Amino acid sequence: MLGKLSWSAIPFDQPIPLIAGAVVVLLMLGALALVLAKGWMPYLWKEWITSVDHKRLGIMYVLLGLLMLLRGFIDAIMMRAQQAVAYHAQGYLPPEHYNQVFSAHGTIMVLFAAMPLVIGLMNFVVPLQLGVRDVAFPTLNSVSFWLTATGALLVNISLVVGEFARTGWLPYPPLSELRYSPGVGVDYYLWAVQISGIGTLLTGINFVTTILKIRAPGMTYMRMPMFSWTALASCLLILAAFPVLTATLAMLTLDRYLGFHFFTNEAGGNAMMFMNLIWAWGHPEVYILVLPAFGIYSEVISTFSGKPLFGYRSMVAATLFICVVSFMTWLHHFFTMGAGGDVNAAFGISTSIIAVGTGVKIYNWLFTMYGGRIRFTTPMLWSMGFLTTFITGGLTGVLLAVPPADFILHNSMFLVAHFHHVIVAGVVFALLAGIEFWWPKAFGYRLHEGWGKATFWFSIVGFYVTFMPMYVVGILGMTRRLQHYDVAEWHWWLQISSVGVLILIVAAGCQVAQLLVSYIRREELKDITGDPWNGRTLEWVTTSPPPVYNFAVLPQVIDTEYYWELKQRAFEQARLSEEPKYEAIEMPRNSPTGFVCAFFATIIGFALIWHIWWLMIVGLIGAYATFVVFAWRDVPEYMIPADEVAQQDRARRAARQHILNTGEVAWQ
Amino acid sequence: MSTADSTITIADPFRLGHRGPNLARGHGGGGPATKRVVVGYGFWLFLLTDIIIFACLFASYAVLAQATAGGPTAKQIFDTDRVAWETACLLASSFCCGLATIAVAKRDQFLTQLALLATGLTGLAFILLESSEFAALNAQGYGPSRSAFLTGFFTLVGCHGVHVTAGLLWLGTMMAQFYAKGFRPDIGRRFLCFSMFWHFLDVVWVAIFSLVYLVGTRL
Repeated sequence: MLGKLSWSAIPFDQPIPLIAGAVVVLLMLGALALVLAKGWMPYLWKEWITSVDHKRLGIMYVLLGLLMLLRGFIDAIMMRAQQAVAYHAQGYLPPEHYNQVFSAHGTIMVLFAAMPLVIGLMNFVVPLQLGVRDVAFPTLNSVSFWLTATGALLVNISLVVGEFARTGWLPYPPLSELRYSPGVGVDYYLWAVQISGIGTLLTGINFVTTILKIRAPGMTYMRMPMFSWTALASCLLILAAFPVLTATLAMLTLDRYLGFHFFTNEAGGNAMMFMNLIWAWGHPEVYILVLPAFGIYSEVISTFSGKPLFGYRSMVAATLFICVVSFMTWLHHFFTMGAGGDVNAAFGISTSIIAVGTGVKIYNWLFTMYGGRIRFTTPMLWSMGFLTTFITGGLTGVLLAVPPADFILHNSMFLVAHFHHVIVAGVVFALLAGIEFWWPKAFGYRLHEGWGKATFWFSIVGFYVTFMPMYVVGILGMTRRLQHYDVAEWHWWLQISSVGVLILIVAAGCQVAQLLVSYIRREELKDITGDPWNGRTLEWVTTSPPPVYNFAVLPQVIDTEYYWELKQRAFEQARLSEEPKYEAIEMPRNSPTGFVCAFFATIIGFALIWHIWWLMIVGLIGAYATFVVFAWRDVPEYMIPADEVAQQDRARRAARQHILNTGEVAWQ
Repeated sequence: MSTADSTITIADPFRLGHRGPNLARGHGGGGPATKRVVVGYGFWLFLLTDIIIFACLFASYAVLAQATAGGPTAKQIFDTDRVAWETACLLASSFCCGLATIAVAKRDQFLTQLALLATGLTGLAFILLESSEFAALNAQGYGPSRSAFLTGFFTLVGCHGVHVTAGLLWLGTMMAQFYAKGFRPDIGRRFLCFSMFWHFLDVVWVAIFSLVYLVGTRL
């Protein structure tokens, strides 16, 4: 009846996951009780859960990403604590639990923290930057989000019911095959990643269509803001890379469920095929994360230097260069496979070449700052911290790109230090800068600068103290993922590393404090104008937060940095442009399709993990019924009358006119 | 401030090439494309991602094709007669789908339903033939767990079969929608996607037919 599921799946004998799980369940039940008691449910259902508004979905993505970032960070704290004490000892985490922790940490950080944060910012910003009312397929967008949430939910369920994979963030066979991993851990991984991966794939389709087909009139390619360009490149990579992930995980799933022989040791299976396939996705995935991050830095550096982005065209070219070349470097993840000197040399060279595109970008950012009037706001600090940190991180990558060096450093702590160096400085700093930068647009008030700066300084110091020692122990011969060790030279370095984590905990505390303090003091931090940073792109033309339709009339773009030009002209002429003629606006209606889809996806995933076949069939029928109900609806849109649009836009224009009249500008 | 002031033109330093601005909807600076273009374009992208999934399965089949592990080789088990009939069914199905497109353009309910029914029946015949092939192989002990070669074969061809089956489900829903809702624009767009999907499955089948069956029986 319940397949493999029984009471023994609950880890009553292991206090750590049990307590952690109980706390999470209690928090969730508490939140639900609060929502029900306060009568917030109808509001949440109408305005958020069934919303197809790209801004709302973006905010929900970011919320999901931040929660999972916290979860992944807790895993990291556990690992650092374990390695700090597990010298000539077993530490406090038994091996099977430690293995789950590092597997969950990698999976969560890349797929359920970084990805939702990146996609969330793309969701929120790209339509605003391109002068669009919503994405090409709004309901599909909601389906994407809820499928991602399903994946995150399954990973968290594995904390309490059963176990998570012990195979690392990429489940290499033959270890991940049924013979060596008979438990449900790998199955949790497979279905969680598969379901959220499909959500990501749909996001890719949605955003490529949006960016290529429904930009505002006059928004030619060479007028698109840099973040939108990088979002396009990232989504093209999603389109090309995520199907590979889907296929690869499906193959491993077939091996495990139906006794196929793709990657097994027996009957002619080929485990190395898995490494090739998974990294044909995995390497572009790195750039799916980091290209939008580069876009965020471009916007932030240009805005706070008060200058147009230096070398815009070379930036576009470098972005697309990276987009293409990122598919030609995957083999550097396993130089030690034994592909031979020629193949390794080719991939070593392509790996070094991809650094050229990034180098172009670094110079562009530096020259954007050169001669500018730089404002040292929190987003700008993150960007400058990124510039200095990322260059050295990239250099260690160039070291690893040399195959002979890689033979020594492969899978050592040096590698762990390298990829955290580039991902934390490249992606995490960008995401925090981006959240800080676009927060006022989303919520109508700025975040508190003091707490933001504290977060930055604790983060960057904590980062160096945590990860630099890893380079050293890597060169001293320490391999990654060690549960305990007996080498005296490593011990001190690993203890320094755990001190770094303590500093990062303070940073995380400052970040949470910043959000709380800013919310409490939201009145004094209020953004009245809709343009709190003296911005240059179209998202700053509308109010903060923007109305559901984003723009009262679609902008007619006639220039690069069109909004900046409009603003300068308004200041010169001391008046706004003529009031436009308002028309009724057609907007997509909200739909529970995404949420219901995800509900059935969760059921299907859970049923497949535990081999509860009848439940899987119920889920499939439910999913099909959801599609049919969605396909059957007659009125997919509603109209916002012209009067309402006019009224709201006149209020916006009045706020702008006030700035012009008083000459009082809130821009520091 | 949100509207253009067309009396002032600012030189655009980033305009590439010497052609004038492209002002067709959905291109360059032409503004948003029509819904039909947007839906069709999005579905094209979906098909491209599906092609990449198939590409992975083709690649893995190519890697594993010789790994027969003492089991049968391609030449020993492929029945080209049955495959010829499968191909004929699928091509006929695609042809009927083309007829349905014409009937939809003419807004003829009876012909639309008839053509779609023919599309579905020929598709079903394909699935039944393929199932019988799979069942026969299984009965001989040559199932997908026999060898890596058979794993690759069953997955690649089976994945196509699963697509056709899902397409049949979609087709039935589509027929019901034409019957219940008539020739509304949104239903028309959905049918555009369906027909693209159905022809795409033909394209994949041509690759399977050539690279799996033809090459397999020659080598």
